[in-house]
Amino acid sequence: MMKKLTFLNPSRENLNLFILAGIVLFGLGILDTVLNSLFEINITSFLPRWLNYFTPLLFSFIGLHYIRIEFSGITKLDQLNKNINSNWFNAILSLLVIFILIKTIPGLLNWLFFDANFIGTTKEECTGDGACWLFIRFWITRFMYGLYPDAEIWRINAAFLMLIGTVITAFFVGPKIKKYIIIFLLFIFPFIAINLISGGNFGLVWVETGAWGGLSLTFIVSIFAMLFCFPVGMFLALGRRSSYPVVKYASIGFIEFWRGVPLITVLFMASVMFPMFLPDEVFMDKLVRVIIAITLFEAAYMAEVIRGGLQALPKGQYDASKSLGMGYWTMHLLIILPQALKITIPGLANTFIALFKDTPLILVVGLLELIGMIDMAKANPYWLGFAIEGYVFAGAVYWIFCFSMSRYSQNLERKYKTDR
Amino acid sequence: MNLKSTTSSISDFFYARPKLKYYLPQALTIFFIVFIFGYFSYNAQVNMDNRGIDFGLRFLGEESSFDIQFTPFVEYDGTKSYATAYLVGLINTIIVALIGIFFATILGVVIGISRLSPNYLIAKMSEIYIEIFRNVPLLLQLFFWYFAVLRTLPLPKDAVNFYDISFLSIKGLYVPRFIWTNGQLFLTSIIASIIVIFFLLKFFKKEQEQTGKQYPKFLISLTIITVLPFLTFLIGGVSLDFEYPELKQLSKTIYNFKGGISIIPELMALALALSLYTATFIAENVRAGIEGISRGQKEAAASIGLTPGQTLKLVVMPQALRIIIPPTTNQYLNLTKNSSLAAAIAYPDLVLVFAGTALMQTGRAIEIISITMLSYLSLSITISIFMNWYNKKIAIKEK
Repeated sequence: MMKKLTFLNPSRENLNLFILAGIVLFGLGILDTVLNSLFEINITSFLPRWLNYFTPLLFSFIGLHYIRIEFSGITKLDQLNKNINSNWFNAILSLLVIFILIKTIPGLLNWLFFDANFIGTTKEECTGDGACWLFIRFWITRFMYGLYPDAEIWRINAAFLMLIGTVITAFFVGPKIKKYIIIFLLFIFPFIAINLISGGNFGLVWVETGAWGGLSLTFIVSIFAMLFCFPVGMFLALGRRSSYPVVKYASIGFIEFWRGVPLITVLFMASVMFPMFLPDEVFMDKLVRVIIAITLFEAAYMAEVIRGGLQALPKGQYDASKSLGMGYWTMHLLIILPQALKITIPGLANTFIALFKDTPLILVVGLLELIGMIDMAKANPYWLGFAIEGYVFAGAVYWIFCFSMSRYSQNLERKYKTDR
Repeated sequence: MNLKSTTSSISDFFYARPKLKYYLPQALTIFFIVFIFGYFSYNAQVNMDNRGIDFGLRFLGEESSFDIQFTPFVEYDGTKSYATAYLVGLINTIIVALIGIFFATILGVVIGISRLSPNYLIAKMSEIYIEIFRNVPLLLQLFFWYFAVLRTLPLPKDAVNFYDISFLSIKGLYVPRFIWTNGQLFLTSIIASIIVIFFLLKFFKKEQEQTGKQYPKFLISLTIITVLPFLTFLIGGVSLDFEYPELKQLSKTIYNFKGGISIIPELMALALALSLYTATFIAENVRAGIEGISRGQKEAAASIGLTPGQTLKLVVMPQALRIIIPPTTNQYLNLTKNSSLAAAIAYPDLVLVFAGTALMQTGRAIEIISITMLSYLSLSITISIFMNWYNKKIAIKEK
């Protein structure tokens, strides 16, 4: 029986025939899907409905079956078979992926670009079926700077340009100057930036923190929280491995407490509960409280990451530095931490990315960064119904930053990798 | 005297007094902690005195007088106490966490395995999925599903109809409610069959270890767990009715479904966002776990004639699980904590009900925030303990 059905089993003898038949059938299946999903033409409509629904899959499945010839001698075909067509199961999976792509990608592209509106300023100019990017265009200042007064926006720009400029120069100068640039960035720049953005002296108008917002607030919060949470986390990690029981258990308690609660409750704590803990005459700005809360929260995670690095170091490193007569702090600063931090680069990067992704949460206590501003803009009576555009835009912005951060950390990891 | 000689004289001083060196830093730490706590509680006392609030948990017994939109398992209305409202919030949090963990695990394992698939398309698609969903804030995804996707669903009047059984509309997903007669017997039979299967599996394992004989474990267990409960229908007097959701006209233009179980859109959005987001991390854990198994293991498995599926199930996965479990525990914890984002789309979870509405009404910030945080802490600790137990169970038992 099986002998008679040899035309079903592709073999090398009739290689060209099978390849031709396979390609034709496969192409037919793809063509059917393309016509069906793009031009709404159903070339198999004469068949009963339950059958013509599956015809593309059937055709291309048989097609893939025919071209699945091992050691055909054609490099391209062998590679194709190996990658997407190694057995019938993989063939079906590949076909499903291809069909889903054909069905979704053109629609998505149309919505995003081809049918979308880019030019104009009012809602009425959005005539296409696609996305109305005018929504973003119209609100972009708010998305970037929040409710910051328009006349003062140059101050935020100046602060960020300064940051970007110094970071870029740091890449191109020698290690001697780099040291000073890093000291400047860590200890002097934050004060300059805060003075510049909040104003109140040097002839700058005071802008209260309630008006800060948009993407710039995301960066302000996450950069400051990153700056502070790193040293705090380092001390906590050292504390957790301390030989003093009190220090050790205090650190454990602190770390486990912050790791066990969600950030939202921490933010609520900072906004409603914390003012109760301060004397009446002391006023602390909400933004400051929120940054402190995020710092403490992320420091606990940071501490666990750094502790992982400390634990991974061989004991010999400790013994060797002790035998050189180093004290606790000399040993840690010069020998242990540099190595431990190197091991923990991926973990540190993940924590920073997590922190960056967590910043939108500050909207629950009324600070409107990018996502908060989009939420506000989409509720504007004139601009109702553009939620998707707003979220896609914010998603793209966040994605670019998070993705490049993770790629950069992978680079660093490779750069500092010293094999032992 | 310069700085260097000062520090060295200090270290000499402590070197000569090891006891002081041991106790002084600890005493300072204790002093610091006590000082902070004392300062804060003193201020809190003064502030509360000024505002005429007294500290205490007595408010939990008072009438809550607000409504909660989604209260499964607990009878709740505005006349019930704050404690009941707390319970509703806690249960809602647990519900969404369990749903999220369930789907995130399944999706994560599938995506993690397909990320390593020899099929280029599948591997690439999984990678794209992971990179997209991992690098976008969860809050944004939540908003996207809730405000952008679920809001585009039709009104109840022209809901998406699944064979007249379930309806999907902007008001949520309505599914039939099971009405059991003698439901307890059915439940007992399921528990009984699980116990039977447990002992049978133990027996099979022993048999296989001693005699090498293999039984069709899966088929036998499947038969037991279907036949035994089915028997209760035939002879036990168990019967099952469905209460189907029906479209009712509430007023001239307002329609809604009545009957059945309603799964509110907030819950759907939250479950969707949580599982899609957490699944990416679980997938990466699964991938790392599988990649952590040395090639030799797979080659050895292939050389004794196991199929790729068997290799995955019998050789790779049991070993990979040991690498996968600890970071996945962390993801479960994260998911549970992230479920508090519910407050942003008004799903009545612990944060929204208790730290939101109840706090607004009573103004007892300290008590309520502390209770909320402690609840999450205990949830986290429960999950940790359970997962540690599981991890210990599958850990390598070295002889």
